[in-house]
Formats: sequence, C-alpha cells, structure tokens
Amino acid sequence: MTTVATTVSTNGGLAFYNKVLEAVPQGERVRLCLQCGACSGICPNGFAMNYPPRSIIAALRADDFAPVLESDAIWLCVACFACSNVCPAQIPLTTGLLAALKNEMLLRGKAPAELQTALANSRRYGNTLGQSPRKRAEWAKDLTPPVPIMAEHKEPVEVLWYVGDYASYHPRVQKVSRAMVRVFQAMGVKFGILGPEENSDGDAQCLIGEVGLFEMLALKNARAFDKYEFKEVVTTDPHAYNTMKNEYPGLGVSFPIKHYTQFLAERFDQLWPLLRRDQKYRVAYHDPCCIGRANHNDIYDEPRRVLSAIPGIELVEMPHNRENSICCGGGGGGMWLDGFSWERTRTRTSEWRVAEALSVGAQVLAVACTYETPRFDDAVKSTGHEGDLMVRDIAELLAEALGSG
Amino acid sequence: MDIVVPIKFVPDLVEEMEIGESGKALDRTFMRLIPSEQDDHALEQALLLKERHGGTVTVVTLDAGDVDETLFTAVANGADRAVKVRGEGFDKGINNHAASAVLQEALKDIPFDLILTGTQAVDDLDGSVGPLLAARLGLPYVGYITGIALEDGKVVARKEYPGGMVADMEVALPAVLGIQAAEKPPRYVVTSLVLEAMKTATIEEREAGEADCSGAAGVTRVYLPQAVERARMLEGDANQVADALVALLKEHRLLS
Amino acid sequence: MSQHIWLVVETLRGVVSEISYTMLAAGRELADGLGGRLTALLLGYNTQELAATLGAADSVTYVDHAALADFTPDAYQRTIAGMINEDPPRAVLIGHTSMGMDVACSVGIQLGVPLITSCRRIRVEDGTPRYVSVTCGGKVMVEGEIPGPTCLVTMVPGGYKPEAGRREGAPDPSTWLRTKVYRLAPPTELNDLRVSLQRYVEPEAGDVDITRESILVSVGRGIQQQDNLKLAEALAAALGGAVSASRPIVDKGWLPTSRLVGKSGKAVKPRLYLALGISGAPEHMEGVPDCETLIAINTDERAPIFDAARYGAVADVLKLMPVLTEKIKQAKSG
Repeated sequence: MTTVATTVSTNGGLAFYNKVLEAVPQGERVRLCLQCGACSGICPNGFAMNYPPRSIIAALRADDFAPVLESDAIWLCVACFACSNVCPAQIPLTTGLLAALKNEMLLRGKAPAELQTALANSRRYGNTLGQSPRKRAEWAKDLTPPVPIMAEHKEPVEVLWYVGDYASYHPRVQKVSRAMVRVFQAMGVKFGILGPEENSDGDAQCLIGEVGLFEMLALKNARAFDKYEFKEVVTTDPHAYNTMKNEYPGLGVSFPIKHYTQFLAERFDQLWPLLRRDQKYRVAYHDPCCIGRANHNDIYDEPRRVLSAIPGIELVEMPHNRENSICCGGGGGGMWLDGFSWERTRTRTSEWRVAEALSVGAQVLAVACTYETPRFDDAVKSTGHEGDLMVRDIAELLAEALGSG
Repeated sequence: MDIVVPIKFVPDLVEEMEIGESGKALDRTFMRLIPSEQDDHALEQALLLKERHGGTVTVVTLDAGDVDETLFTAVANGADRAVKVRGEGFDKGINNHAASAVLQEALKDIPFDLILTGTQAVDDLDGSVGPLLAARLGLPYVGYITGIALEDGKVVARKEYPGGMVADMEVALPAVLGIQAAEKPPRYVVTSLVLEAMKTATIEEREAGEADCSGAAGVTRVYLPQAVERARMLEGDANQVADALVALLKEHRLLS
Repeated sequence: MSQHIWLVVETLRGVVSEISYTMLAAGRELADGLGGRLTALLLGYNTQELAATLGAADSVTYVDHAALADFTPDAYQRTIAGMINEDPPRAVLIGHTSMGMDVACSVGIQLGVPLITSCRRIRVEDGTPRYVSVTCGGKVMVEGEIPGPTCLVTMVPGGYKPEAGRREGAPDPSTWLRTKVYRLAPPTELNDLRVSLQRYVEPEAGDVDITRESILVSVGRGIQQQDNLKLAEALAAALGGAVSASRPIVDKGWLPTSRLVGKSGKAVKPRLYLALGISGAPEHMEGVPDCETLIAINTDERAPIFDAARYGAVADVLKLMPVLTEKIKQAKSG
C-alpha cells in the first residue's frame, strides 16, 4: 500500500478521487458505484450523516466536493465494515474511501480533539491511553505461575500472545487478560507476551487514515516479533487480528496470526474436558465486526464452537448476528468519540445491542473483543439493566468454567 | 511578525520519577524527555498568530537528546525554521539560568519581534526560561498569558490572575510572553507530514560552549515526597469502595 | 552578611492575597531563626491601609506611586529591584504566582542575585537557611542551601498555615502603630514603562459559583472523555453538590473557567471535595487548601493527591461514579 497521505487535495474532488484510487488495492472500484444507497442504509450512524458513503461518491461525481470537506460527518463512522460488506459493487468503502476522507480531514487539522489526543498518545507512548509503556505488563505482575515476558523469557514459545492496548491498561479489560492466562495455563500452552515491547496494533490508526502512524507502529511491532521464536501469534483483540492479517503484509510483515477463538476451536478436544464447572446461563454471542465481516475475515463458527464446550450454557442467537452484527461503536476512532457521536445521534449502537440481547432472553452477552467489555458494560448501565444482563468475554466464561486452581 | 519559540525538554511525568545514585539529581536512565506542555501551547499560539498576521515562526531548542522529531514536527506544523543548539552537558539537564544564556547567544543573529515560550515547565527550580531570557535580553516580560491580539500595531496579551480574573496588558515590542495556554489546544500533526519534513526540512545546528549554571542555588538532596499523613485507603472493587464511601459520608453527616 | 528578610506583599485589586500571609509566616520563622528583622514590602497607590494586616512583620515599607496602582511587570520589577539594590537583605520572598513570577526572574538577573523557585518551606540549620522546593507536579522534592549574601525565593502555598502569618495582624488600625510603616517614593523613575494595563476582565459569571458549594465533585484527566462528565453530574446531583474541575478539563473546553479549581481558578472550601481522576499537582491543590473531607479516587496509587486526601481509593472513577451515585440515592431514600 503506497503512502500517498501527504498532500492535501487542493483541487477538492479530483485530487481526493486520485487518493482513493491509489489508497487501497481495488480502489478503482469506486467508479462502479450504483448509487444504490445500501451503504448509507446499513450504516449504524448513517441517519445522522449529511454525507454518508453514497453521498460522498455522489459529491465526487458532481464535482461538488468542498462541502464534504466542511462536514464533520465522517467522524461518525466507526469502521464497522457494514457498508463494505453490503456494497453490490464491492467497493472498499471502509479501508479505501472512508479512511481516505478521514486522512484528508486530519491533514486539514479537522479532527475532534479527543481523537487527536489518542493519536498523539499512540505516537508517543505506543498506546492510545497515554500510559507508560514500561507499565504495559503490570496487569500480569502478580499472577502465579508468572506470565512469560519474551525479553526476559528468552526461550522459544508456541504462542506469542499479542495482548493489545486496552487489554493491557484498562481495568475492566485487564480482567479478561488475566482470565486468558488461566485458560492458556490450564491447557499447557507455552506462551509469552511482549509486554513493554508491544505497541498499539495500528488498526485504529490505519482506519482513521493516519497511515504514517500505522506504519510506524506496525514496523515497531514487527521488529519486536522478529527478535523471538514462536509458531504463531494469537490475539484476544479482533482489531489486532484484522490489521495484522490484512494490512501488515502490505508492509512486508507477515506471520501466522489467529484470533484466540480460532486457536481454542482447533484444540476443542483438549479444551472441553477441562471445563468442569457448570455455567448455567442463556448466552447470546456478539460477533465482533473485526473478526467477522471486516475484510471477510468470517470468523463466526469458531467462537460458537468454543462456547459450546462450556457445560450448562444455552446459546441463543440474536437477530443481528454474524455478518449483520451490530457494532459496539468502538472502531475507526469511535472509542474516543462517544461524546461527539452522542451529540449528533442521541443513540448508542452498544445500547441497541444490549436491548437485542435482552430481547432474546439472554442473561449473558458473550463477547470476544477488548473494546466490547467496557462498552457493553457501560450500555448495560446506561439503559438501566444492571443485574439483568452480564457482559463477559468468552475467555472469562472459560476461566469460570475451569473451576478453581 | 517574526516569532521565536524556545522549547525546553522536560521529564515526562507519565513515567515514574526515580532518584539517581548521588541523591542529588533524578535518574535519567529510563527518563523520557518530552517538550514542555506549555511550550507546545506557545508554538500553537505562534502558529495561530502567523495564520492571522503573516510573518515567520522559528523554533529553538537545546539538544537534550532526542529532540529532532519535535523540531521536524514543528516544521510540519508550520514553523519556518528549526534551530538546535548543542553543548556540553545539555543531555544531563542544565538549569534555566544556563539555558537562557545559551538562548540569548543563539538569538543574536535571529531577528524577532516576539518570543513566545511556556510560562513555566515542570522541572523549573531556578525560575523559568522565558522571564530569565527576557531579562538577559533587556526585554519586557509578561507571563501566564492565555491570549494574544494585535491591535493597531500593538500587542495586547491576556494575563491570568488567581481566581479567574484576567487582565489585558499592552506590551511594547520586542517582548517575551510566557504562555499558560494557547487559544486552541495544540494541533496534532499527521505522521506522514512529519516524515516528509524529516526528508525535506533541515535543522540548523549551532554549538554553544559550556553552560554557565551560576545564578541558581545548589542542590543537596532530591527525593520523592513521603507524606507524613497519607490518606486512609479504602480497598476492594467498585462496589466495596462505594459502600465504604457511603458509610464515611454518613459518618461525616454529608448525606442529608 | 545581612540577616534581614524581606517579603514582597502581593495584592490584587485592593486585596492582600493569601500567599502574602504564607510568606509572612515563612518570613517570620526565617527572620527569627537568623536573628534578623522581617520587612514586608508593599507597593501601591493610596493603599497604605493594607499594611494593617501585615503585623507579623517587624516593619512595612510602603512604596507609593500612581504607576504602582495596579500590578504591571515593568513598574513593579524596577521598584523592587531598586529597593533591594539600596539595602540588600539576606533573602527576599516573593509569591510564586502570576505576579511574582513576572518580576522575580528579571530582578534576579538585573541584580545578579540567585533565584530559587517553587519553595514550600524554609528551615534554618546551624545558622544556614535551607529551602525545600517542590517540582515535577508534586512528585519530586528538592533541598539545598539558600546562598548568600542575598537570594530571591519564590514561595508556593502548602508549607505554612496562612493563619500563622496573620497571627499578629488584625484589621484594627490601631494595631499597625506597633508595626513601623515607612512610606517611600519609588527608588527609580517609573516612566517609559513598556507594559501597561488596559483593562481587567471580570471572570464569567458562570451558572454555578463553586466557592459557595459545600460539596464538590471535581474531575480531572481521569474522566478521559467529555461524554463521561454526565457521570460526575449525576453523582453531584445525588450528593446535592456541583461539578468542578482541574485545568486539563477546562483547557479542553469541557467545562467553563468558572468551574476551575486551582492556582489560576478558584480557591474553594467545601465540606466535601471528591477528587476524581485528579493527580493532585500543586497548581490544583492550591485551590483546595483546607478542605474538611477530601476524598481522592485515582488509578495511580502514587498520585500526589493521596498525600493531601483524608480518604482515598485506587480505583477507576468511570466504574465507581455510577455505582456510588446509585448507593447514595438508596442511602438517602432508605
């Protein structure tokens, strides 16, 4: 992928159009747009955008692009890939058109301040939260047996576990990380983490159009990976999965990568005998955008298979499942733009998802993404359903089912 | 209007502060140095003035170590010149009396109407660079500025006092102003622009001699504060802490 | 070497600032420790009566001139430098404030006198005055000797109780006869000033006057996003208080300046101050000098705020706020 993100398009439409053509492979498919509006219709925030994807393309064709650059609607896009998934012309909307427009706005200094802070933080500290990189593995420090940190461990491992920003620093998600440790250890997996050598995966930065920053982060991670011997990289973070599988190779960085549910599904026969404690819940599983419809990653069956290994669980499906899943709202910068989004939409997609889980009688909303646990926790509270619905990462449900010890 | 923005590098407080072996200085092994936050604001304010009134912005910094990226970022942001001054011991940290003397020398061949710099930095101990530099240059100085306007060829600086009171001060140029906060938060510069600046822009390098650190007091001890009375800490998860807080509030009759 | 101590009294629009009393307390201790006299230097125009509250000093030197009616850096700096130059004392205490810092550095350079800033306490050990200064947002303390023969020291609050500086002063005019007040003209010409005051701008009359609230829920960087302010507002409503903030929140425009607590904002004296996600840097703590019950919540157990707080918890404020709001509502209704 060429880095073309240095020139502000002075000739409004034409230069931007060329940027889109070059930004991603298949970029020229934007010429095939039927103006059908499926993208704008399926977009969770489309109703609040004065320039949803269809209108952006229409403005380009009408050579009336300047108003698009005056609008801040693009920041309502949460990079959920719903539009890309449904487009009959298969235009790479999320990674191409929308990321290019976000890049254009960033170059003009027209991005919400919270987003700028998250970007500046990831540039300076290697994580979007602005925390000290030296503390990236603090969440694991009191665990026994200890979690191997590659720089100290110095031995080859089967699995290099890419943990991620939120899973390292956010108190709610640190619980998921600790649960994952128990699962790995119960299964006897030889794993290690990068700890302070790990940087932000770059997915958000890439989809926000900060290509240079994405490249910088990806290359830093690649340098760290290169130092160690491992069979594969496994991650609990769908955003990391998506970007490492689909974007890193464009930089010449390639390694076997799996989402942890794929890794566990492969080892189903080894996993299910360890899960002895009944977890008597009606569980609705939420398909994360980034391992699902994003870039046709299509990981839908494996998480369900893993859940089926847990005794006592009754799995129910929500109407919007698999590739029609409702985004939690955290992607593409959305994690830092809740206030911005609320002011313009007066809804939260995460609340919609919680309502849907309750509508199918779920007691537990099972997730497999590190943005989702805090976001859905918040939505449960903000809709006044605390006590009615629990939010648990699959790793947490597995750890519970392992029993003590 | 030609503006000079001196930028000082200071310890990043996101990291833990550690005391060096001598007990008289901070341990710089793991210390991350970042541009002082208020200097970022000073640069932003300078760029805003340039956008409104034209002119040039020159960024000057002492070479404390890893300063190039900051200078290139400033150029990518709109600064016209970036000057780096190297000298003995700069990487170990020199005091502000020395830094201001170095800057005074460096500015001898850089014309300016206005110098904007952060009103203070977190590691200031012997005054702040802005007012010390102003005094050395014989220029007027006003600090704690949160806004600058040009009215009929005069500079009017908005100065903050405690309690939210603000005063507009008319300042004759050339002058030095200490920025507390820019009118807008410092803008983020897209990485690709910084990388491009790294390829196309040049940093002017100067050599200073040894730094003259007189004017500051000696330091006999540096330490992390041990509170005599620390807070009584409440333990547990959010629920337990909340319960404990409610009990405390009741006890102190704050829940009526 | 002189053992006398001076302090530069700070006033704003006819009111003596709190820091002046901190300096009086510090200066009194220092002068007594060295066996010298404490002189308060007061600048103004027809404001002699302000000397009435400066009784902790042995004498007040009042310099009167129209150009000193309001603080401007040039006029004040020239006057103070001139006064010191005529009769240099052992140490001159100046407030570490918007006014004090405008003059301290230039006076020091002009007179070739060393300068120590952010000083919280001064001690005399074996006849030598020593300073204790606070840096790095309150995380690092620095100590050393105050060099002779003359040194400037800017002081921050926190090391002395301002009441100690007021102990001999009273608004009663008859008491200031005990304190000698010398009224002087400025030592240098005060024309050709390069900085002049155009106007004062009153702070915005905000919706809420936080200085009058007895319960404040104060938020800092730890709330992370503007969206989360509503959690603080809900908590404040449940408690019957108001929301205030530290500098980063106001700088981002998430709350107006009227809600700012700290050095450049308001000083508040609530019965309850809940500091949520606030690290406790000195500039903020200056705004809450004497709170009955200060409770701090922060994810960083080393945050300086825990040294000032009465109770604390290492917790995520975003999780805690809604839980606490609920329990308070229950406790009040139950």
